Amino acid sequence: MSLRATLRATPALLRVGLVESLAYRAELLVWILATTMPLVMMALFATVAREAPIGRYGEGEVIAYFLATFLVRQLTGSWAAWEINMDVKQGTLATRLLRPIHPLWAYACEGIAALPLRLVLSAPLAIVALILTSRGHLARDPVIWGMFAVATLLAWAITFLINAALGSLALFVDSSLRWVDVYLLLFFVGSGYLVPVDVFPGWARTVLDALPFRYQIGFPVELMVNVHDRAHALALLGRQLAWTLALLGATLALFHRGLRRFGAFGG
Amino acid sequence: MRYLRLFLVQLRTSVLLTMQYRLDFFLEGMVEAIWTLTAVVPLLVVYRDRATVVGWTLPEAMLVVAWFTLLQGVLEGAINPSLSQVVEHVRKGTLDFLLLKPADAQFLVSTARFAPWKATNVLVSAGMIAWAFVRIGHAPSASAVLLALLLLATSCATLYAFWIITVSAAFVVVRVDNLTYLFSSVFDAARWPSTVFRGALRAVFTFVIPLAVLTTYPAEALLGRLDAVRALGAVMVALVALFISRLVWTRAIARYTSASS
Repeated sequence: MSLRATLRATPALLRVGLVESLAYRAELLVWILATTMPLVMMALFATVAREAPIGRYGEGEVIAYFLATFLVRQLTGSWAAWEINMDVKQGTLATRLLRPIHPLWAYACEGIAALPLRLVLSAPLAIVALILTSRGHLARDPVIWGMFAVATLLAWAITFLINAALGSLALFVDSSLRWVDVYLLLFFVGSGYLVPVDVFPGWARTVLDALPFRYQIGFPVELMVNVHDRAHALALLGRQLAWTLALLGATLALFHRGLRRFGAFGG
Repeated sequence: MRYLRLFLVQLRTSVLLTMQYRLDFFLEGMVEAIWTLTAVVPLLVVYRDRATVVGWTLPEAMLVVAWFTLLQGVLEGAINPSLSQVVEHVRKGTLDFLLLKPADAQFLVSTARFAPWKATNVLVSAGMIAWAFVRIGHAPSASAVLLALLLLATSCATLYAFWIITVSAAFVVVRVDNLTYLFSSVFDAARWPSTVFRGALRAVFTFVIPLAVLTTYPAEALLGRLDAVRALGAVMVALVALFISRLVWTRAIARYTSASS
């Protein structure tokens, strides 16, 4: 499992992932269309904000926030937890272990490779809607946009790592899908996906600042809709990076401990 | 009468199947219950600094969420599991075995599988309704409760009809298992009072996909605010939807070619 072999194999892995996503493009489109939650939330918050702003969010800010949420969710999605669960249950993880590439790296590549198509299908509409409705509420500072790019990448990494950790849990408990459900709940409520993090009461915000979830969606979205100045954004970016590294260590440890228990039944 | 017996038999097998995994049953129910938070938390946040939103107070809006939770339980507990199996049957060609049985295929298909742990949704929703009326300060009148129960029946019928229409698509395009996600995602919009939506969306959710009829009307019925005309409208919607769905189903099943058997 040398670094060179991994680097050499990566382009091929990405290509395979891309082709696979193309093969199921209709399905992918349905998945994207099914991401209606930000729009459902936008309807509520926009109506409410029209009567009186919620914290710093007026009607325009709400619309910008949730359109950005839709986009960031498309960019940072990961479903590795389900795939790993499936592979553990059916024993097909064994074939992945035989390959001279770290299995988690392979899962990551498959996930990344589906992004271009996801983006092609979802981004044009979201970006046009953003420009039409809320150009004035988007960040103008190119430095903030640069940070947005980094933050989105790290947000994807955090989402993937949590997914991989939950998937690795399946090595201990046979099926961790119920844990995935609990995670999804925490993620929905705590990430800014349903409710912008800064309209929560103070104590809840303190808790959410310390948890990884808001760095998965809320932080990149907030950068996009110009909530943070450079200094504050940099501080948050630091925390996001810290979470990414911590999760990387924890996930790798969990995966390798779990592998020792892997029985490859059914394979 | 024969169909009632058949229904009970089908229900019993489902319960027995689930009871094989008792621990799972309870955990599944627990997770289901806390998922309600995704509808409750935004409301609590929104009502933190105001008393009403488009004319709804927090307890009143909570009634809509309660009704949404209840219907979601019905949808995912009684409607979804059976009808997802139709998709599977169509793909594998095993629908033949069902069609050969001496009972109506739509009935057999619709009662094939239940997910009893979704019953927790009913409990959660009952709790929310109780909380709302304690906050409002008086109990709903008997006639309001009766009307709400009637609307519960029409809502279930409407949901079911829409499901049948969605599933009938399986006969044409075969692979629709993720259409079920699409369906649930659209239904997600029913968690707010329908007046939250404006403009085109409101028109769509009233006339094309009658989400307002499903959750907002029953909540208003409980509050004693629903007039006779709209109550009648809800009944009409259910009848028309059922009629159309039956039509679509018979057409769809005529197209079934027993793919791979």
